Amino acid sequence: MSQLVDRRLSGKNRSAVNRQRFLRRFKAQIRKAAREAVSGRKVTDLERGEKISIPSKDLSEPIFHHGPGGRRNIVLPGNREFVSGDRIDRPEGQGGGGGSGGSPDGEGMDDFVFELSREEFMDYFFQDLALPDLVKKQLAAVPEVKKARAGFVSQGNPSNLHVVRSMKQAIGRRLAMAAAPRDALREAEGALAELEAQGRGASAEADALREDIAALKARIAAVPFLDTWDLRYANRVDQPTPSSQAVMFCLLDVSGSMDENRKSIAKRFFMLLYLFLTKSYERIDVVFIRHHTVAREVEEEEFFSSRESGGTVVSSALELMHEIILARYPSANWNIYAAQASDGDNWDDDSPRCRELLIQKILPLVQYFAYVEIEAEEPQSLWHHYAQVKAMSPRFAMQRILTLEDIYPVFRELFQKKAA
Amino acid sequence: MEPDTAIAPPAPQTPARQPISEGSEWTFELIDTYDREIARVAAHYGLDTYPNQIEVISSEQMIDAYSSVGMPVGYHHWSYGKHFLSTQKSYKRGQMGLAYEIVINSSPCIAYLMEENTLTMQALVIAHAAYGHNSFFKGNYLFRTWTDAEGILDYLVFARNFIAECEQRHGEEAVEELLDSCHALMSLGVDRYKRPARLSMAKEQARQAEREAYLQSQVNDLWRTLPTRQEDPRASQAARFPAEPQENLLYFIEKHAPRLEPWQREIVRIVRKIAQYFYPQRQTQVMNEGWATFWHYTLLNRLYEEGRLTDGFMMEFLQSHTNVVYQPPYHARFYNGLNPYALGFAMFTDLRRICESPSDEDRRWFPELAGSDWVKSLDFAMRNFKDESFIAQYLSPKLIRDFKLFAMIDDDRDDKLEVAAIHDDAGYRAVRQQLAEHYNLGNREPNIQVYAVDVFGDRSLTLRHTMHDRRPLGESTSEMLRHVARLWGYPVRIESVDEDGAVLPVDECAPPG
Repeated sequence: MSQLVDRRLSGKNRSAVNRQRFLRRFKAQIRKAAREAVSGRKVTDLERGEKISIPSKDLSEPIFHHGPGGRRNIVLPGNREFVSGDRIDRPEGQGGGGGSGGSPDGEGMDDFVFELSREEFMDYFFQDLALPDLVKKQLAAVPEVKKARAGFVSQGNPSNLHVVRSMKQAIGRRLAMAAAPRDALREAEGALAELEAQGRGASAEADALREDIAALKARIAAVPFLDTWDLRYANRVDQPTPSSQAVMFCLLDVSGSMDENRKSIAKRFFMLLYLFLTKSYERIDVVFIRHHTVAREVEEEEFFSSRESGGTVVSSALELMHEIILARYPSANWNIYAAQASDGDNWDDDSPRCRELLIQKILPLVQYFAYVEIEAEEPQSLWHHYAQVKAMSPRFAMQRILTLEDIYPVFRELFQKKAA
Repeated sequence: MEPDTAIAPPAPQTPARQPISEGSEWTFELIDTYDREIARVAAHYGLDTYPNQIEVISSEQMIDAYSSVGMPVGYHHWSYGKHFLSTQKSYKRGQMGLAYEIVINSSPCIAYLMEENTLTMQALVIAHAAYGHNSFFKGNYLFRTWTDAEGILDYLVFARNFIAECEQRHGEEAVEELLDSCHALMSLGVDRYKRPARLSMAKEQARQAEREAYLQSQVNDLWRTLPTRQEDPRASQAARFPAEPQENLLYFIEKHAPRLEPWQREIVRIVRKIAQYFYPQRQTQVMNEGWATFWHYTLLNRLYEEGRLTDGFMMEFLQSHTNVVYQPPYHARFYNGLNPYALGFAMFTDLRRICESPSDEDRRWFPELAGSDWVKSLDFAMRNFKDESFIAQYLSPKLIRDFKLFAMIDDDRDDKLEVAAIHDDAGYRAVRQQLAEHYNLGNREPNIQVYAVDVFGDRSLTLRHTMHDRRPLGESTSEMLRHVARLWGYPVRIESVDEDGAVLPVDECAPPG
């Protein structure tokens, strides 16, 4: 006789280990694919997994097989027009048939595509940035939540039992369940009283009524005082704790000297700041400001894409940022963060002006201002003036970036503050 | 009676229909009832099976089972993770349905049912896997000779534990590298012609001699570092090692690779054993699926004739069945080779037809079969053949006509393809012969054997590829040689022998490090 086993609840995720092995083995390729995926994403778009595609020839499992050539016999079904002895031109895409022959010339080889979970994707994102483990954990963690009341439910754990609510429920149920016998009781008592009034209180009819009345009373008494149906529990739901809002300004130099590579580093810099902020704030606005000699607020697509030629006037961007803050983000209601990326080029006369702008107008309003100078051979004029700013304000951080690993130190102080 | 008899297939009017169930939702009780009924009918036809264990699993578990080729316990390896990912992806996108069943050749025979299936599908799977495949596993000579249904589950558990232990002791990377190489050579890790002989005196002695020869080869090599004596030790040594070419490369490596450590030999052995265990399945695909399909069709139809199944059940069953046995013609866009279900099912059905109502042609082609007891004839066919011989023996002219089979020759010395034979009187035998050849694993895979080891020189290993129909090795050869070299630990060469006996060197590879 057959044995029937229900295995549905056991041994889920048996392939989890194998999946991890797979990811580890193709770390390099996946990392590369993840890097490409980053450049295709928006700055604020980090909360989902990613579809990763790897050329399938990189992960083939080879076996000995025949190559093209030699003589093959093929048997095919569905003959329409051929008779034996027919000679036919070779079809273009190799008639197959050989079985293991495959198509070694690479055509029709699809990429191997699979999904990375959000955590896995973040892992790869962080790897390039050389973040300390503790920070990674903080960033990747699901935001902390606090419990909030949300009405009542009929199931829950005993500690959440809501007594008043349950008793109310019980009263209603008792009323409803006893309603029918109570009506009957009233009727029977009326009938009995009538009989007794007629002086037939000892008749068999009256006895029967008395029996009924006793039974009905017992039935009413048997309605349970409290039933499991009545129990109500306080319902609590998770709500993310951060409840304040922040705005993040991204300032990018788009003058002729900023090439694709520099922009890609800048993008990660912005992304990372955004990630930090998502951990602390519920709502984040992102403002993109690009500038060469004049500054303009733009959409994200435009922000990273085009490049303009010509000189650089950094103060234009700072002024625009200041205007926007005054107009839209009163610092009483908003936590303001700014990230500026540039290759350090600036008009000589402009740099002192930037310094003044920062110290006098902007730094008093913002929580944190981070500046990165990307791939500049040696510190430029802006750098020297900013160094003075840094000396004056703890809210200002700056860093020269040659590789991706240099990004993190910019945020280090920000984090130390958080930890304190 | 059912309300929808109008659209039902013509059914024999049995006195009273007492269907087992009406709805399409399954319950454990219903599955149990269906299993009992199917078992009863199967016993009526004399199907001999291992005990069944039917397991209900979720689709996710089915994907798990898929990616480990149905093995209920498997060791960890990235390639299973890869299969898991790709199956999961295509399943999630709806590009493929999961197989309704996976069944593995063990005792008890484990068949998986997916919880998403309807009751009809569950019954179909039970008939197909738990009675069709199961009886094939138990009866077919290849499985009887090569696999040990009772022992496989224990062995898999042993393998997993052993490999996990090795990973702890020697590092995951070392084990993974070794497994990569072994997996690559898996198809060369089986004994094709040799049978696993019962232990006998002669066998014991041969083994001992082998062990001695092995020790000898090691010791001789030590001598080589001593000052040369008058007589050359090579002269006294047997001329060649191995004395005869060896077909089982993994076995040869397990026994003779000079630098493997004992745990590595054991892992080579594990992969080899598993390859051997799956070898009969690769040789009997058409028969195995054909047999199982034939029986689910026959068993369920029989139940229907007894009035135990509703018309709705049959419609759903037939719809699924016809999907499975559809053979697209070669010019269809989704043509993907001959469908083993279609061919196998057609052949067994045709065999039954030949037994029950033979035509004149059948009498000429299959004189012993025509008019014989079909249950016995099919049982004989199931027990004593593999795909290649089964087709060579039983493919009838009628089937060749039904499938419109034709044979082509693709010769690289000829600028055109030639139609060698079609489904006509002159062509039947040729088509049948070619099709049988197509299922001969020896032709499909390159014939590569261990030819020589340079015991006294650089210890290099020479593999020899004997060409079939002048077909050369594919582009993966050099990568494959790296795998062989990794296991062997010394240089490895491969050469091809063409049909005139000329030996052409193909490639060679030094071991890593």
